[in-house]
Amino acid sequence: MMQPANLQEDPRDDGTVVHLSGNLAVAHLGDLPEQLDAISRPVARIDMAQVDHIDTIGAWTVHRFAARHKAEIVGASEDATRLISEVGRDDEPMAIRPDPTPPLQRVLGEIGAATRMAGNTMVGLLGFFGATLVASWTLIKHPRRLRMNAVVQRLEVVGVSALAIIGLMSFLIGIVIAQQGSVQLRQFGLEVMTINLVGRLTFRELGVLMTAIMVAGRSGSAFAAQLGTMKLTEEIDAMRTIGVSPMEALVMPRVIAAIIMMPLLGFYASIVAIIGGGFLCAVALDIPPVTFVQRLREVVPITDLYVGMIKAPVFGLIIAICGCFQGMQVKANAEEVGNRTTAAVVQAIFLVIVLDAFFAVFFTWVGWI
Amino acid sequence: MTPEEEAALEAEQRLEEAVQSSDIAISVRGLRNSFGEQTVHEDLDLDVRKGEILGVVGGSGTGKSVLMRSIIGLQTPDAGEVNVFGESMIGRLDDDEALAIRKRWGVLFQGGALFSTLTVAENVEVPLREYYPNIGAKLRDEIAAYKIRMTGLPNDAGPKYPSELSGGMKKRAGLARALALDPDLLFLDEPTAGLDPIGAAAFDEQTRQLQQTLGLTVFLITHDLDTLFSICDRVAVLADKKVIAVGTIEELLATDHPWIQEYFNGPRGRAAVSAQQKPKRELASGAQAERQ
Repeated sequence: MMQPANLQEDPRDDGTVVHLSGNLAVAHLGDLPEQLDAISRPVARIDMAQVDHIDTIGAWTVHRFAARHKAEIVGASEDATRLISEVGRDDEPMAIRPDPTPPLQRVLGEIGAATRMAGNTMVGLLGFFGATLVASWTLIKHPRRLRMNAVVQRLEVVGVSALAIIGLMSFLIGIVIAQQGSVQLRQFGLEVMTINLVGRLTFRELGVLMTAIMVAGRSGSAFAAQLGTMKLTEEIDAMRTIGVSPMEALVMPRVIAAIIMMPLLGFYASIVAIIGGGFLCAVALDIPPVTFVQRLREVVPITDLYVGMIKAPVFGLIIAICGCFQGMQVKANAEEVGNRTTAAVVQAIFLVIVLDAFFAVFFTWVGWI
Repeated sequence: MTPEEEAALEAEQRLEEAVQSSDIAISVRGLRNSFGEQTVHEDLDLDVRKGEILGVVGGSGTGKSVLMRSIIGLQTPDAGEVNVFGESMIGRLDDDEALAIRKRWGVLFQGGALFSTLTVAENVEVPLREYYPNIGAKLRDEIAAYKIRMTGLPNDAGPKYPSELSGGMKKRAGLARALALDPDLLFLDEPTAGLDPIGAAAFDEQTRQLQQTLGLTVFLITHDLDTLFSICDRVAVLADKKVIAVGTIEELLATDHPWIQEYFNGPRGRAAVSAQQKPKRELASGAQAERQ
């Protein structure tokens, strides 16, 4: 059996000799490096006659010690000599990490970079919106170039497959609005106003807004990831060389699908949310469904439906453009795809909410209140 | 010393003896791998001798990488035995008792598989940090620096992140990490794929040199005929879900399996053979010139 690494100091007249012995492989080194570091007196020779095994890490330890003391290595086996001379070749210090920047400078730098990035993204997005308009003009002039198959496929993925999750979400939201509203309104004895709350809120705001958030999470992210991956695998470049415009083949079907599907999904979501509200009213407030529907028709003006349905396609356009734009920005590595997908969803939801605020002001100004 | 530590030391010593005494580093018997309907390996046998560079070749989809993954335990086969230095490795990748074996191999994946959030030097330090936490930070940094230089990377590569490296540099950095613990066994998955011919030749030379200096056993998957001819001691050919032949290239050329003949006697194979013979011929003509 092999002995663990060991050392003995032997002070002599012509300088100290350090005897190394045992197994100098990494698993058996133990605290030999520390012991060697602790030797302060000058060492003239290192005797390795008793060493029975050595690897590069052991060789490096010996080389470093020998270099520090300018000591001579004696008695080393052929293997050990070769290893030590091998590890000692072009021995230069190397940085392990990049030099750290001071915190203040780094924070300022990051703020600056983020600001520039945000500016660039907005300008880029505007440019991409322009490109989409140009592509749609081309498609209007040459309707045969529209890829119907792709559009129909996107309609299914964006719309039909989302029905279940959007339905469930809207139903629950309807229940929550009705429940929370009824608790507050009960204090004034106006429980029946819960119907106004549910009806108007879902058609005007929540139905479309929540659908937009869900579609951004489901389809906006998928658009970014799909186009990003295609960019990585050079599929999009290949398309260009064949003469197929990626704007027409990839972006337009997605934009069209989102614009068509958002109002439909938004309407569906509003109806399901109202069913949810009606369900709660029937169960918790003893308002029978017939009364619920009757009152709904009295208090919800048709303009509320228009408000929702005008907003929905705009939201769809924003979601599709953000997704496709971020997907097309992917460069170089797979990590980008993840980052860009996140950016697509965040950007889409942010823009949807900003625009929703503008729409609210606009419709009030128009008189649809 | 706690009983666990004692057991670990004992396992290491047993392994040490196995490594010293046995001639076979890896033995695979009756291996069967399948994905759904598709069977990749069926009753596959292979021995890798200690201290050799074994090249593994085969058409695309013949399961070269799957074979490697089965040996290192990333893929649990449907049936069969995989022994590394006499220890069964099947399903033991996360097993603490197999730790001693894992310390003795290094793996270079196809794309390098460097950890993207760490610098090259920190990547090389990961196995050291993981298995030998007793090594001081300064010594660890020095060892990482040495390993990086050893694989032929420039000195300024250490503090760079993998995303800043070219494909060839990533492979070298991956090799540095695979070599961090002075393994006895080195697995290389297509190390020269995607490198330019000069870089590929340098990488081959490096592998050969390291193998000789450190006494490595190398399991090398490759499509590169030049690599096969220049550095492999033996070549294993995967086809028909089995290893159909193992031997030196001369031995393989003597077999009459159609795929092997096609592989080595195709235009690329012949080019690689003549490239290998050229230096010898030049030597011979040089000797003649001297005589005249």
